[in-house]
Amino acid sequence: MRPSRAQAEERLFGVLRWVVTVLLALVTVLPFCYMLLLSVKSIDALLLEPGRLWVSAREFTLATYQQVLRPASEGGQGFLRMLVNSGLVSLGTVALTLLAAIPGAYAVTRLRFFGSRQVSALFLAVYLFPATLLAVPLFVMFAKLGLQGSLGGLALVYVAQTVPVAVYMLRNYFVTVPATLEEAAALDGCTRLQTVRKVVLPLAVPSLTATGLYVFMIAWNEFLFALLFLAARPERWTVSLGLQQLAGGVEVPKTVLMAGSVVLTVPVVLLFFAAERLLTEGLTAGADKS
Amino acid sequence: MVLVVVVLPILWTVLLSFRRARLVDIPHMGLFGDWSLANFAGVFSSSDFWTSLWTTLLYTVGGTAGSLVLGLVAALALRRPFRGRGLLRGAMLLPYVAPVVAVTFVWQIALSPQFGIVNEWGATLLGWDDPIAFLSTRDWEVSVWGLHFDVPLALLTVIAFETWRYFPFAFLFLLARLQAVPTVLEEAALVDGATPTQRFRHVLLPQLMPVIALLCVLRFLMTFTKFDDVYLLTGGGSGTDVVAVRVYDFLTARFDVGGAAAQALVLAAVLTALLGVCSGLFAGKVREES
Repeated sequence: MRPSRAQAEERLFGVLRWVVTVLLALVTVLPFCYMLLLSVKSIDALLLEPGRLWVSAREFTLATYQQVLRPASEGGQGFLRMLVNSGLVSLGTVALTLLAAIPGAYAVTRLRFFGSRQVSALFLAVYLFPATLLAVPLFVMFAKLGLQGSLGGLALVYVAQTVPVAVYMLRNYFVTVPATLEEAAALDGCTRLQTVRKVVLPLAVPSLTATGLYVFMIAWNEFLFALLFLAARPERWTVSLGLQQLAGGVEVPKTVLMAGSVVLTVPVVLLFFAAERLLTEGLTAGADKS
Repeated sequence: MVLVVVVLPILWTVLLSFRRARLVDIPHMGLFGDWSLANFAGVFSSSDFWTSLWTTLLYTVGGTAGSLVLGLVAALALRRPFRGRGLLRGAMLLPYVAPVVAVTFVWQIALSPQFGIVNEWGATLLGWDDPIAFLSTRDWEVSVWGLHFDVPLALLTVIAFETWRYFPFAFLFLLARLQAVPTVLEEAALVDGATPTQRFRHVLLPQLMPVIALLCVLRFLMTFTKFDDVYLLTGGGSGTDVVAVRVYDFLTARFDVGGAAAQALVLAAVLTALLGVCSGLFAGKVREES
């Protein structure tokens, strides 16, 4: 009986694998197609036939995007301004995080100091403390310091939140750089700083890119702190916050909302696909060794 | 840096939670003084808080289990190379990399009882009588074979969203680990006549266990204090009032900083206790095995 059971299972799972693959692909991609589709429809077309998954040439419109992107002074939603804000915050976060994480990760991997083994555990322990726990005092503190409504302050919070994960990712890479390489550089008369700059960093470019991208995504997608710090200052809103406020505000057609969602999603998704391999490898480095 | 933005605020939360603090009072208040346990008394005696904590627990367990199981299924399905796998793998990460605000709006619109595609298709294809308000139904009556159940529909929908959004995370790590499993192991099992389920149970699963445990802890940690997903989907209504959303409400709607801080602290304490129990269990298990 055994071989037949094995064969039956083999066949069953062979089929199941394809079914599951197709289903998963549908489940992940369809919502995004739906988003794109609704964003180029007129609201009447949506209300008339909500279940239709295509758009006819007659209904096709880009007016939604116009409305979303046009500055508020011209009756639009000013998303262009918000894109700039989001970009500034995210890029600033990436730069500062890398600046802090590179020496941090290097120190954790190479230098032997008291407690160096515990440090990486300590970094992960930061995630034990929920963002909500930080939100209360930061909210109050920023109000007190007058940093409320400042993009710099927001970037600062993001940096503190992303440094641990950045150190963790970079460390996983630095570990793989053979120490003999650095010793060779030292023999050639390089100082420790020169070694890092001329030997380690060029080797770590893929890892740096991956880490930077991941940090960028976190900063770009973040919502809670933007809501807490910037809600009162519309000219400083990030795209995430702007979109949420748009939905909560006066009657805005859902199709315009979807156009906003597309505007918010596209930069991140483009970046992601441009560097997908790097990113997935950077994130899971170390996961394949148990 | 991390010290200023992470550690100090946490200490301050602890201080604030023992104070009767409203947002307007903060600027005139010193760092210490007039301690009271009123906030904690208020938190522990409020039945809303306990319901909210229970909801949080259900949400977290559901979301963690869901995303892990789906991630595992996806990783197993996409394990062997086929044409277009790279592209599909990238596409499957979309829910994870796309901004929360954008994806929650897509879900909201798709599930909307008025013009959502899900209800429209449900009515035409599955013959639903009435549109279902997925995100605003606290208890949905279901009768199976004459038995009536109340299903917490909104909560389940939020859990489904959590599963959908975070399964790529589990998928990524599990796939990386699966591909590092030496093929010899499985070939040996195949030669011994093991069926696919047996190979999974006795060869692959033990190999995956460390990663699964790690993912469990990580997902649990992050979901337990998750704010944006629930806030954006339901605003915390209809039986989805997780503690993180409650903290936000206390902070911004009631300006009750002390109360918010106390709740955040209790949340963190519960989380730490749960993790302590978990790691104790895991440690015991590891010792048994080794």
